[in-house]
Amino acid sequence: MSGTAFLDMTIYAGLGLLSLAFLITILRIIIGPTLPDRILGLDMLVSVGIGFIAIVAVKTGFFLYLDVAIALGLVGFLATVAFARYLLVSATKHTGEPDANPEAKP
Amino acid sequence: MKTVIFRTIAPVLVAIMVVFSVFVLLRGHNEPGGGFIGGLIAASAVALYGIAVGVEEVRKALRVDPLAIAGFGVLLSSLSGLVSIAYQVPFLTGLWTIFHFENTEIAVSSPMFFDIGVYFAVLGTLAAVALALEEDEDQK
Repeated sequence: MSGTAFLDMTIYAGLGLLSLAFLITILRIIIGPTLPDRILGLDMLVSVGIGFIAIVAVKTGFFLYLDVAIALGLVGFLATVAFARYLLVSATKHTGEPDANPEAKP
Repeated sequence: MKTVIFRTIAPVLVAIMVVFSVFVLLRGHNEPGGGFIGGLIAASAVALYGIAVGVEEVRKALRVDPLAIAGFGVLLSSLSGLVSIAYQVPFLTGLWTIFHFENTEIAVSSPMFFDIGVYFAVLGTLAAVALALEEDEDQK
């Protein structure tokens, strides 16, 4: 097996595995019993998207995509943090205590 | 937020984001990037820092009001357009000069200063919005 054929094979295997991860993550977001589960699912979705971008960069040889992946990583983290803050604020409003367990109020 | 982990890691992340935004800004003329997207990344860095350490700290770290930064950006963009008066060409015409510095060519142009102005305008506006929203949440 030549190097190019092996690279092609790994690229398609990686795309397949990432698609599977995407579907499972979406399943978790839909059924996720509490709000923190769903937020972590969305964070996971961003990570899987970064993986997709990296594989497409390798497949097309267009390495500018990696900058897109860096930007998505930085901004996706901000989204997760903002969600966590929203959880904290709503938990504080509900119980009047800043360190209340956020899972108590989905 | 009162979490030690986030408060420790946030300054590092904010530094990376600001450096990346400047990189995107300066690459913008010939490749994907530019003032607007660079300003967005810098503004999200400011928002992240505001969530981590509180709005007052961020206002202290910025030293000037975010809206003043936005105003400075608009001023810089207009001035880069007005340079064309001296060369008798229409407003906002792109003017280029190339400096030589130890075997490297450094291209300085009016579009670059226009882009830097856009960067500051976007950064200032969105930072003001983000800080105002976070301040609102703090008061509740």
